[in-house]
Amino acid sequence: MEITLENLTKVFQSKKEEETVAVDNLDITIPSGKLFGLLGPSGCGKSTTLYMISGLLRPTTGKIWFGNEDVTPVPPEERGIGLVFQNYALYPHMTVRQNIMFPLENVKMDKQEGLEKAQEIADLVGIGHLMNRKPKQLSGGQQQRVAIARALVKSPRVLLLDEPLSNLDARLRLQTREEIKRIQRETGITTIFVTHDQEEAMSISDEIVVLREGVTQQVGVPQKVYDNPNNLFVAKFLGTPPINVFDGRVENGKLYIGDADIANYDAPDQEVTIGIRPEGFKIVERSSFKVDVDLVETIGRDTTLIIPHPNDETQSFRAIVDSEYGVQPGDKLKFNVKPSKIHVFNKETGELV
Amino acid sequence: MLEDQSNVKAWFYLLPALILLGIFIFYPIVNAVFLVFVDNYNYQTGTYDGFTLLDNFRYVLSDNNFRMAMLNTMLITFVSVPLSVIIALLISVWLNAIKRMQGFFQTVFFLPYVTNAIAIGMAFAFMFNRRYGLINWFIGLFGIEPVNWVGMGASWGNAMIALIIYITWLTLAFKILVFLSGLQGIDKQYYEAARVDSASKSRVFLKITVPLLSPMIMYITVTSFIGAFKTYTEVIGMFGERLGPPGNDRAMITVVALVYRALDRSGVPGALSEAAAASLILFAITLVFTFINMQVSKKRVHY
Repeated sequence: MEITLENLTKVFQSKKEEETVAVDNLDITIPSGKLFGLLGPSGCGKSTTLYMISGLLRPTTGKIWFGNEDVTPVPPEERGIGLVFQNYALYPHMTVRQNIMFPLENVKMDKQEGLEKAQEIADLVGIGHLMNRKPKQLSGGQQQRVAIARALVKSPRVLLLDEPLSNLDARLRLQTREEIKRIQRETGITTIFVTHDQEEAMSISDEIVVLREGVTQQVGVPQKVYDNPNNLFVAKFLGTPPINVFDGRVENGKLYIGDADIANYDAPDQEVTIGIRPEGFKIVERSSFKVDVDLVETIGRDTTLIIPHPNDETQSFRAIVDSEYGVQPGDKLKFNVKPSKIHVFNKETGELV
Repeated sequence: MLEDQSNVKAWFYLLPALILLGIFIFYPIVNAVFLVFVDNYNYQTGTYDGFTLLDNFRYVLSDNNFRMAMLNTMLITFVSVPLSVIIALLISVWLNAIKRMQGFFQTVFFLPYVTNAIAIGMAFAFMFNRRYGLINWFIGLFGIEPVNWVGMGASWGNAMIALIIYITWLTLAFKILVFLSGLQGIDKQYYEAARVDSASKSRVFLKITVPLLSPMIMYITVTSFIGAFKTYTEVIGMFGERLGPPGNDRAMITVVALVYRALDRSGVPGALSEAAAASLILFAITLVFTFINMQVSKKRVHY
């Protein structure tokens, strides 16, 4: 089922009558049966958006559509959603089975049928053997799965996940994100999840929206957003290590950083901000882009070069090259830059030139 | 070596407290046990006619006043404790849910705790006054004839109803205080999760609030049982030293009241031994019920 957010706005009012716009005029269509990521730094309104979709928060203005149904006035219990909280909110006094059964008992499902359904869902998320445990006796990853099972058991129309991986350690996080992807594929349920971790969002989402201070920055397939950022914020937010940012200029159809001629670029002459992905550099024999390598970090097949920043010697930028080059600290290199990895932004607005 | 030294030091620090406990707690308990097993103890001379194993118990158990006291105490305990726990729980949940005036109502419900039981007991007795009382006026609105609750010759049943209402109200305050702080410690997300899962209000209360509050409920239940077994002040507050409505003296006697009454007769040989026997019986009952409560809590309380 497709979900549409229409001019969705949430204004929080503090006791001193101060207004904070948490979500500002959001217009997003979330495709049916896909895994959709709400991505942004903390305070960007992503969790607020999720809780408005769940119905636990009421939008100040705007509408939320589930398919053709306007659910804006519908309370959460009637929306048919499954919600997984950041800290799972498993009932500590109930066993795993009782936790998963709870939503079914609320709708007065037949006990035998409910038990079978609970077991089926528990098996799907891989906790079928832990049904008699209490949440305290489970690891973080297992608790997470119980929470997902509890959200899925009543066959909701939408599954909402609030920072699903933030409470897990690094290894478990990798494992769990595959797991979430698998569960989503197997159930085919429209799933929306919130994260501040761009890597997490990019690795499992079918589509993402990048938010900043409650305003949509860009919506799309993660790789496309990464390859074609709309603005400097999106470019900086996506990618590890982050994109390198240089002050430069466009002159006579060419792009310069200092004196170095980087690429041809078709735009009026102006000062610009240039973003270059770390993997966008190529070591070549002849180029006007000359650098001195400061430090070298070799991890597996990639080598990260740390190089003094041409605009400011106290800063540095990173270039990822093939380790076959055998670059050593102190080497003098010449770079070509892959045109697809260059992004040119307006110096004031940060918008794409 | 070091341990020995610190042990000596620890005992030294404990000494003042131990001396006080010894004089005012341990000695009287030992003495009470001693009194139970002597015959015709004379308080003034400190003399007695030899030892006895069961005579004092036998005497107390056959005493009509003691039987009455036991009946009243048990009735007060087993009606007022469950009643006040349930009412306090409902009031706390309601208080916790409202936003406006919460502070005001909290203060109102807490007032009985900081006022004197004797003083409000008299006020309550007046509320139950046959002619001018608020209660009879109120039931009069429904066409019910005035009831003689606590006046001259009031029946045992009527007086007991009035007394239990008073005790229940008086003991609400502390329970609400504890429950409310317990409720405020429950993570709001459990309620949001339950809401998303379409749980009805009654199911949220029974399946989430009560279990998560169960340690508090247990604590309150155990201490309330112990407190109710020792009911005394409330009876004095409402009925004075007659321990009952005028013309029906001692109708509301409790075990602790019986023990205190023995002090008035301390000149009579053996009176103190009866009191000691009564208090030991009460102690045994309290012990048994606390034990039962603890056993129940092992199964029902979720920490």
